[in-house]
Amino acid sequence: MKIIVDWNRCTGLGICESLAPGVFEVDDAGDLVLLSETVSDGDLEGVRQAVEGCPTEALRLEP
Amino acid sequence: MSGRRFVVVGASLAGLRAVEAARKSGFDGPITLIGAEPHLPYDRPPLSKAFLDGADLPAFRGEEVLRDELGAELVLGTAATALDTTAGTVHAGEREFGYDALVIATGARARTLQGTDGLRGVHTLRTRDDAQAVRRALDAGARTVVVGAGFIGSEVASAARKRGRDVTIVEALPTPLVRAVGQTMGAACAALHTRAGTDLRCGVGVEAVEGAGTVERVRLTDGTVLAADLVVAGIGAVPATGWLAGSGLTLDDGVVCDETLFTGAPGVYAAGDVARWHNPMFGRHMRLEHWTSAAEQGAVAARNALDPAVAKPYSTVPYFWSDWYGSRIQFVGVPATDEVRVVDGGPGGDHFVALYREGDRLAGALTLNGQTQIMKYRGLIARGAAWTQGLEFAGRRRSAAMERV
Repeated sequence: MKIIVDWNRCTGLGICESLAPGVFEVDDAGDLVLLSETVSDGDLEGVRQAVEGCPTEALRLEP
Repeated sequence: MSGRRFVVVGASLAGLRAVEAARKSGFDGPITLIGAEPHLPYDRPPLSKAFLDGADLPAFRGEEVLRDELGAELVLGTAATALDTTAGTVHAGEREFGYDALVIATGARARTLQGTDGLRGVHTLRTRDDAQAVRRALDAGARTVVVGAGFIGSEVASAARKRGRDVTIVEALPTPLVRAVGQTMGAACAALHTRAGTDLRCGVGVEAVEGAGTVERVRLTDGTVLAADLVVAGIGAVPATGWLAGSGLTLDDGVVCDETLFTGAPGVYAAGDVARWHNPMFGRHMRLEHWTSAAEQGAVAARNALDPAVAKPYSTVPYFWSDWYGSRIQFVGVPATDEVRVVDGGPGGDHFVALYREGDRLAGALTLNGQTQIMKYRGLIARGAAWTQGLEFAGRRRSAAMERV
């Protein structure tokens, strides 16, 4: 699975980072950084929650 | 599971997430979504942020998605007026809705300024209609007085300054935000107003809001008179539980629930701003008015209501954010008062991190422009980190930052 970020929507609120810290990180400037674009099986549940938990609906998962 | 009826009262974030979670969990029976506002469910945080700056505010989901894909009957513009937990019915408008599972997500309503009923130009900021009225007034160049230096009021002031308008905030308490972030950090946040040119007046109350049909001035308890075309009250919200009087549910600053969001009445769960539930993460009841918990509780309440035998607790580290004058304030956890320590930056600057101690536990963290740090503290708090672990983590962050310089 691959993570797609809508960069026009993301405002770096960071909920994704708290749900899947191995995959998402907000940097010093407040911008989201993808630590990995593909999702390992171990991270999948956290990333699913991050997609659902994003207040700006900026995240998608694609096969 | 078919044949059972699922009713959701409250068509905002928590209510929408309840409907979506019900379908995701495989529920294929009828769903009814009842909402007091005429609008399709929409997102509230932008109302006092981007929307005031001119951004659009689309509904979360189109009507066809709600009706056709989610198969929900929409009953909008219709406030629920009564709940009968014995008969299993909700009254709304002229109709009665029978349920087998019910999620109460009626949210909270903004407190209003006494004696301002019917006075044009006086608003709260809770709904899309409120925000539209405030935005129009700002567009028209209104002289703006904000009552209450909480998050909503501060965001309105920020929007006014962004347009170059003069704005005054009147705050009854000597320091703003004490309940939300404590004394020291409340003062640190308040300093942002002064730096941005907002006239912040603390420790003074509103004596009267006056005008002939339309607001003209605000008279303060210290005798000051402020000319005003727009008055926005940001003086908190109260849970919308009036319609539940006589329902038998326990009401005490919200609908009191256990850790699974269960109200005690068969099939009835609550979610979002209206719910006061037992949060196992901190071992206490709390009622939150935050985006994240509303969304998550909506989903949990629906799944639990539809399958109570395997109801799961909802445990969370509270999180909220607020945007002022281009700066972002973020808070995770609870504003414990045993100790508050600034571990990075300074209260007078553009960046700081403060940690909150409860006993020997790290209980909360507040950042100003600390986006890269805040969620790491949320993780620590969720794992039950000790205060010393929080301080050690902060020390490592500082050392790493020093090395980068």
